Amino acid sequence: METKNVMIVGVGGQGSLLASKLLGALLVAEGYDVKVSEVHGMSQRGGSVVTYVRFGDAVYSPVISKGEADFIISFEKIEAARYAENLRKDGKIIVNSQMIDPMPVITGAAQYPENVLDELRDKGVFVDEIDALSLAQQAGNAKSVNIVLMGRLAKYFSIDREKWIEAIKNTVKPQFVDVNLKAFELGYSY
Amino acid sequence: MKKLMLGNEAVARGLYEAGVKVVSSYPGTPSTEITEFAAKYDEIYCEWAPNEKVATEVAFGASLRGVRSACAMKHVGLNVAADPLFTLSYTGVNGGMVIFVADDPAMHSSQNEQDSRHYAIAAKVPMLEPADSAEAKAFVKAAFEISEEFDTPVIVRMCTRIAHSQAAVELEERVERELPAYEKNPQKYIMAPANAIRRHPFVEERTRKIAELSETSPLNRVEIGGTETGVICSGTCYQYVKEVFGNTVSVLKLGIVNPLPTRIIKDFAANVDKLYVVEELDGIIESHLNALGVPCVGKELFSPIGEYNQTTIRAAFGLPQPENVTLETEVPVRPPVMCAGCPHRGLFYTLAKHKITCLGDIGCYTLGSAAPLFALDSTLCMGASVSGLHGFNKAGGADSEKKTVCVIGDSTFMHSGMTGLVNVAYNGSNSTVIILDNSITGMTGHQQNPTTGYNIKGDPALAVNLEALCRSIGIERVRVVDPYNLKECEDVILEELSVDAPGVIISRRPCMLLKYVKAKPPVSVNKDKCVGCRQCMKLGCPAISMKNKKATIDFTQCVGCDVCTQLCKLGAIEKGDR
Repeated sequence: METKNVMIVGVGGQGSLLASKLLGALLVAEGYDVKVSEVHGMSQRGGSVVTYVRFGDAVYSPVISKGEADFIISFEKIEAARYAENLRKDGKIIVNSQMIDPMPVITGAAQYPENVLDELRDKGVFVDEIDALSLAQQAGNAKSVNIVLMGRLAKYFSIDREKWIEAIKNTVKPQFVDVNLKAFELGYSY
Repeated sequence: MKKLMLGNEAVARGLYEAGVKVVSSYPGTPSTEITEFAAKYDEIYCEWAPNEKVATEVAFGASLRGVRSACAMKHVGLNVAADPLFTLSYTGVNGGMVIFVADDPAMHSSQNEQDSRHYAIAAKVPMLEPADSAEAKAFVKAAFEISEEFDTPVIVRMCTRIAHSQAAVELEERVERELPAYEKNPQKYIMAPANAIRRHPFVEERTRKIAELSETSPLNRVEIGGTETGVICSGTCYQYVKEVFGNTVSVLKLGIVNPLPTRIIKDFAANVDKLYVVEELDGIIESHLNALGVPCVGKELFSPIGEYNQTTIRAAFGLPQPENVTLETEVPVRPPVMCAGCPHRGLFYTLAKHKITCLGDIGCYTLGSAAPLFALDSTLCMGASVSGLHGFNKAGGADSEKKTVCVIGDSTFMHSGMTGLVNVAYNGSNSTVIILDNSITGMTGHQQNPTTGYNIKGDPALAVNLEALCRSIGIERVRVVDPYNLKECEDVILEELSVDAPGVIISRRPCMLLKYVKAKPPVSVNKDKCVGCRQCMKLGCPAISMKNKKATIDFTQCVGCDVCTQLCKLGAIEKGDR
């Protein structure tokens, strides 16, 4: 099987590391060769963060380069656009419609480009936009945005829902399992 | 059993399996998790040391006593540990000793992009470089064997993409090692000239022997892929090359990057039409080939700056790139920022308000240099703020002393700030040193340090009393402020700057990301009262932004620190009740 590439992008602190941990554990359980590349340290402090998840028969590079991503899962609207150059021509973007102003917008040095998703669609990119923050709140915790988005990704994967649910149970802390299972269902069936 | 592990976690597993007994480190991205994961094994004594020099010397002591020991640090940490390293090369080891150093090409979380391989060459110690998590674990064991067989410390070089990438690792059992009886050996371990003179020839002979090992070791291997193109690479570059070329080029993958295997390289070169060297950062392998008279292409195609990936490899070899999407809209950059509720913010706001010159240091608070606070004037290396301030004031005199401060975190102060403070006291400048005590080592992801009262395992430990330490150094004026209280910050900073005596201001409030710090309800803007004066925007809080000419506060980020409410003259920012 050709290596598949999933990028998880967002703003430091949004919980992308847990999402990649879940996805990595699931894919290993499915028997794939898997590499997950994370960013720790300074970039985590409210900066733009990106995690690469790659799986297949034999994965070499830990990173995803331009034009290679099958999926970009974005926790924030313009972060989807920032990494769109990494998407394959026929790749898919799953994006949380939440907008978080980066510092240049806060200071007035730049405008928040609110129409970037339309521009992506105009270029023929498949964009699945969901209000993951509202769904996460509905699930009972605003921090479960990450699992809502994983639920959404699960729709496009041919892995049984039961396997995802098992992976969630094995990945999140026991006291958060219920909230996250709810978040997963809401993302999946949105 | 196969397990997905970070490269750093795999190193820790390797330490466990290799029977290592003592690990001492100072945290530094991207090396930190090596020691954090090692600390989960009860069989290994692990600690956070105040700095990398101390950590390396602790590992030396453990090796001298006869056990396997290790220390881990980031690339710039090895600068601090360079002093023990160079002479450890002469003493050699008793129990095996391995130093893990993690380079950070592209500077994801660093102040420079130095290439640690230079240290292995300069200190004449072997260096191994793994290319994924499984190799990381295997190379740990190989490093200890080399260390003990050749009587040398060994460096294992990691980089961000190996340290922070997860890949499958096969777990094995720990091999426990007996504590041998201690035997005194002054000729080997007392590096006074008479002994050191005898040890230097040993070091040169050892390098020759390890170069011979490098020729035969399975850590260096050739993967045949035709005779047209050959690529020499190591570490993460091997993965990029294989990703792009698969088995269509021949690859010499180096696991031992110092000393390099001369015969293997010459044989490999003789069997391919064109030879390339793909190495991130400096052209060290290429220089070696140049010295051997082996023609190759390296840095003329590959930059010494930053990281590589599949795109850079394809571009350098003139291969087509996959089709992708390009946008016309410019997406504004999203640099890292101080978190909402960061205790450093109130202090930096005060410095910025009074246009105070501020020498900075290494930590989360380096982010105070960014817009809109622009509160810092310099950041050099760990501890340089305190010593730099003293030099700045000696050069600028009384005028400079009245409007210049430095800021340094609690952990960085313990690392190498206190020696600078000794210099301030001893050589008498009226310097005002601000210790940003957020009760944790923040930027590297919350490690305990000698001021926090806990050790690496989270167990209670002695806490250095910063006030008492500063006083004992000879600083009589030691003040403590709460950085959430802007008036207090302002009053104390202005007072300390005005007096003719050195002073320390401890700005004390725990990092709001710490689990025990409970967030208060978020504040919110009363739109009827807000006139859009943007006063609150001067804080650079990521939770506050302007929408329709009124301030708005993101409740998902706000932790109710109330610093912004102190700035709003109209009382438009109201305490929340959600």
